[in-house]
Amino acid sequence: MLLAIVTISLMAGLFGLILGYASIRFKVEGNPVVDQIDALLPQTQCGQCTYAGCRPYAEAIANGEAPINQCPPGGQATIVALADLLDTEVLKLNAEHGEHLDVPLVAVIDEQTCIGCTLCIQACPVDAILGAAKHMHTVIADECTGCKLCLPPCPVDCIDMVPERLTIDDWKWSNPLDQLELAQDG
Amino acid sequence: MAKLFHFHGGLHLDGHKTESLTQELRQASLPAQLILPLRQHIGEYNKPLVDVGNRVLKGDVIATNSSLICAAVHAPTSGIVSAIGNYPVPHPSGQPDRCIVIDVDGKDEAAETDIIDPQDLEPDELIQRICRAGIVGLGGAAFPTSPKLARGKMHRVDTLIINGVECEPYITCDDMLMRHYAAEVIRGSGYLQQILRPQTTLIAIEDNKPEAIATLRQALANHPLADTEIIAIPTIYPSGGEKQLIQILTGKEVPHGKLAFDIGLLCQNVGTCGAITRALEQDQPLISRIVTCTGDNIQQPGNWEVRFGTPIGHLIEQAGGYKNADDPYLVMGGPMMGFALSGDSLPIVKASNCIMVMHEETIPHAPGYHDECIRCSKCTEVCPAQLLPQQLYWHARAKAYDRTQEFNLFDCIECGCCSAVCPSQIPLVQYYRAAKSEIRGAHKAQFKSDRARARFEFREKRLLLKQQADEERRRLKREALKKKQLQRGVSDDAMPDPVQAALERVKERKKAVEEETR
Amino acid sequence: MTRVIVSSPYVAPGNSLKRLMIQVIVALLPGTIAYAWFFGPGVIVNVALAIIFALAFEAAILRLRAKPVLPHLTDFSAVVAAWLFALCLPMHAPWWLVAVGMGFAMVAGKHLYGGLGFNPFNPAMVGYVVLLISFPREMTTWYLPAAVSGQTLSLAESVAYSFGSVDIGQWDALSSATPLDQVKTGIGQNIPIDEIRQAPLFGHYGGTGWEWIALWWFVGGVYLLITKTIRWHIPLSLLTAVMSMALLFYLIDPAIYASPLFHLLSGAVVIGAFFIATDPVSAATTDLGRIYYGLMIGSLIYVIRVWGGYPDGIAFAVLLANMCVPLIDYYTQPRVYGEK
Ligand code: SF4
Ligand code: SF4
Ligand code: SF4
Ligand code: SF4
Repeated sequence: MLLAIVTISLMAGLFGLILGYASIRFKVEGNPVVDQIDALLPQTQCGQCTYAGCRPYAEAIANGEAPINQCPPGGQATIVALADLLDTEVLKLNAEHGEHLDVPLVAVIDEQTCIGCTLCIQACPVDAILGAAKHMHTVIADECTGCKLCLPPCPVDCIDMVPERLTIDDWKWSNPLDQLELAQDG
Repeated sequence: MAKLFHFHGGLHLDGHKTESLTQELRQASLPAQLILPLRQHIGEYNKPLVDVGNRVLKGDVIATNSSLICAAVHAPTSGIVSAIGNYPVPHPSGQPDRCIVIDVDGKDEAAETDIIDPQDLEPDELIQRICRAGIVGLGGAAFPTSPKLARGKMHRVDTLIINGVECEPYITCDDMLMRHYAAEVIRGSGYLQQILRPQTTLIAIEDNKPEAIATLRQALANHPLADTEIIAIPTIYPSGGEKQLIQILTGKEVPHGKLAFDIGLLCQNVGTCGAITRALEQDQPLISRIVTCTGDNIQQPGNWEVRFGTPIGHLIEQAGGYKNADDPYLVMGGPMMGFALSGDSLPIVKASNCIMVMHEETIPHAPGYHDECIRCSKCTEVCPAQLLPQQLYWHARAKAYDRTQEFNLFDCIECGCCSAVCPSQIPLVQYYRAAKSEIRGAHKAQFKSDRARARFEFREKRLLLKQQADEERRRLKREALKKKQLQRGVSDDAMPDPVQAALERVKERKKAVEEETR
Repeated sequence: MTRVIVSSPYVAPGNSLKRLMIQVIVALLPGTIAYAWFFGPGVIVNVALAIIFALAFEAAILRLRAKPVLPHLTDFSAVVAAWLFALCLPMHAPWWLVAVGMGFAMVAGKHLYGGLGFNPFNPAMVGYVVLLISFPREMTTWYLPAAVSGQTLSLAESVAYSFGSVDIGQWDALSSATPLDQVKTGIGQNIPIDEIRQAPLFGHYGGTGWEWIALWWFVGGVYLLITKTIRWHIPLSLLTAVMSMALLFYLIDPAIYASPLFHLLSGAVVIGAFFIATDPVSAATTDLGRIYYGLMIGSLIYVIRVWGGYPDGIAFAVLLANMCVPLIDYYTQPRVYGEK
């Protein structure tokens, strides 16, 4: 009996040591959690989460100041990824912050109306607008994140948000399960 | 004869080849209008070089681009460019894509050619000419040929493989080509040898095409090439897949994440060889190809030489039309790897090797109910990529895309063997395709968001620097001012603060404006 | 034309679940007929009852789970499970025994895990083991073959027996243990095997009647192999394992270890090798894994028979091996094309 107890305690101790050693020896040098969160956010920089961009929101999440469901551009996929990373519960997107669009938007400037005031250039968080004072401005569609921040400053309301033009390469095969569900619903 | 090897799995399928071989190869007539997609190859879009209203001659370049992997589009006949815009193209999505439309004038007037004896040309010049002719792999994948040759040349190719296997059921265009243009195929292989200088050249044909093998052997005897052998390989699907063919002929496997020329091999389709011969000897660009039109819903199955841009409906008319026009189901490519077409107004393109015209009922097409996987592993037994299709299915269905990649989803060649044998009739390939497109989409989004982050951070930095610079400038100014005042002996208090003064001025002006508007 | 986009291959399906299951049923017929020939039509009553209960349970659960009922019932997977289960029962069993067994097989063994394809354990064996543990007396009352007793129960008598409307006592003289049981008890009493096998219950190689039935299972198994319904890996490795273990110990001491042929031809080894262990859902999926899986079941059968508490071990062996399947599959993943 005593022998058994001693053996088992010894073994437990030994395994404990091995595990402890392993956890030190094989520790994953992860990037700080803020970077990891930031990497999952869509980088639209729209501020819909009420923070001044994706990184500030990532910081707020990391500090436990904000829930993970405030980013509409990221939508449910981002929430799931965040929940996965942080090992928390998956929440539903908080509708107060906005709605998730399947096809992202891009800004287009109506070049006839644009007066070249440069206000939108100053508002754009990713420098996606090209132009000089008193000259017509234009949006580099590939760089535009669809954040809409350029809309309010425009004095002549010449910026429109349109769905991103999808090419044939953006088309996706649909999962047969989803098709089946659609067929049953319809 | 060289020793042959086996690849894992594969299927013995009903060939259905005799239907389209009963008739001789014919020339399809010119339709009234040709619709030419700007991109008919794997790679970047071409940019149109013509405008609406321009007259083009047969062989004129009408669209090209400057990227490395490019295949120009040429006018297949003479006529007037009548439109440039979005038209439905042969694509699984059925969506439109950018096209040039040519109203055919029927004169079939050719542009001037510049014929040089290819024997006198250097390899690089040959590649240049192949590039100019807009040649792509005619086996179905449509990868531009010249960049492939250029890279092959850089890597040193020991074995050149000419692929005349044509393992998919129903398709017979390569068979027809070898019967009718055997000499061109052999000469084309010769030009490839001239470019690549391989030690051996193997021309592989499935043993269900004895006539093609005989004709090609004869052609080789008439025009002997060094170290070249024609090899009949056993009929098993998908022996014509590049990796599978390499395995059959050499016993080698293309290592994971590498390409064939990394192990000193290069494959070209027999059709491509024919096109190369025409391009080099007659300066004729790729403007037509042989297309099989077959299936159980077509009156006279057969093979036609068709100009690109010809609407599929026009080809079907030549084949006597539908048996039952109420329920045609069109597939481009073969039954195993082809895709369904959204209608018969779509044009024939460089990748169209076969148009299968079937009855709606004879094709299993509804995403109906399917049974669950019973883990019978029949799929594993037939998978030529030696994957575990049932594991892939499990994770693809659960949308656990990371896990699908752990099970090597991207090594799946979408050959369809697994779907064909699954007793639960699971559309496995579609699950894989859906998973692949989701993963590709996610990569693209990730790429975009990474760029946005970089640009955002760059802007923040720029603004910060600007702010610092502004502050620095202001500070210097203030100091300079102070110095001046000190020199003048005026005290700080007596002097009005310049900032304050400026603010007041602004206020006054605002007031004035407000009053005015009132 | 707007139609749902579906991917290739566009070929008529060459195979179906239903077809596979019908093959199995066809392959089971000769053995089942032989069984009835030697032991009377009781087995047919069992099979029929089991199928009825299986379908009823399956339909009820599918209803509860709001799944399509008809396609699932007509894939015949429940029929095959019921059939195999019934073959494992004693020739005569009360109806409630069949019902309880099938209930466990369908509910706990199959649908609690998510239905066909998701069950980690062989449902028929789950039902059987539950009965064996809960009702040991009923499950070990076997009957003598006609060749020995000169009489079997008629169809009507079997049905009457099943529904308990006749007194069981009147047939007590016919009841007996199985040959495997006899050997086990005999050895326990230090009687040499040769002597035990003098009893009329034993035939030339295995038990009287049993050896012929095993032969017909074998014929059915070969049919399954020929039609490619199953592959050779599991049956071959399973039989190899049983035979080689038996041979080894037989060579060590033939007095207390029965011959390999006896082991092969008695009890459920052959039907187990071809029909039970090859249930695809709960078996290993890779070729190599299937060989390990078969070897494991084969050796476990022998171990349980010789040293375990039960006369035959196929059910326990299969369930134990089922538990190891994820591990086996994980470690026997084949090399992917192009990987070293
Ligand atoms: S809501 Fe906008 S700013 Fe906030 S994290 Fe999402 S994309 Fe970034
Ligand atoms: S262009 Fe407008 S919508 Fe697009 S990123 Fe810039 S500010 Fe946002
Ligand atoms: S063939 Fe079908 S049922 Fe069998 S293991 Fe593969 S996916 Fe599952
Ligand atoms: S489609 Fe993919 S998974 Fe299926 S058999 Fe072919 S290569 Fe294997």
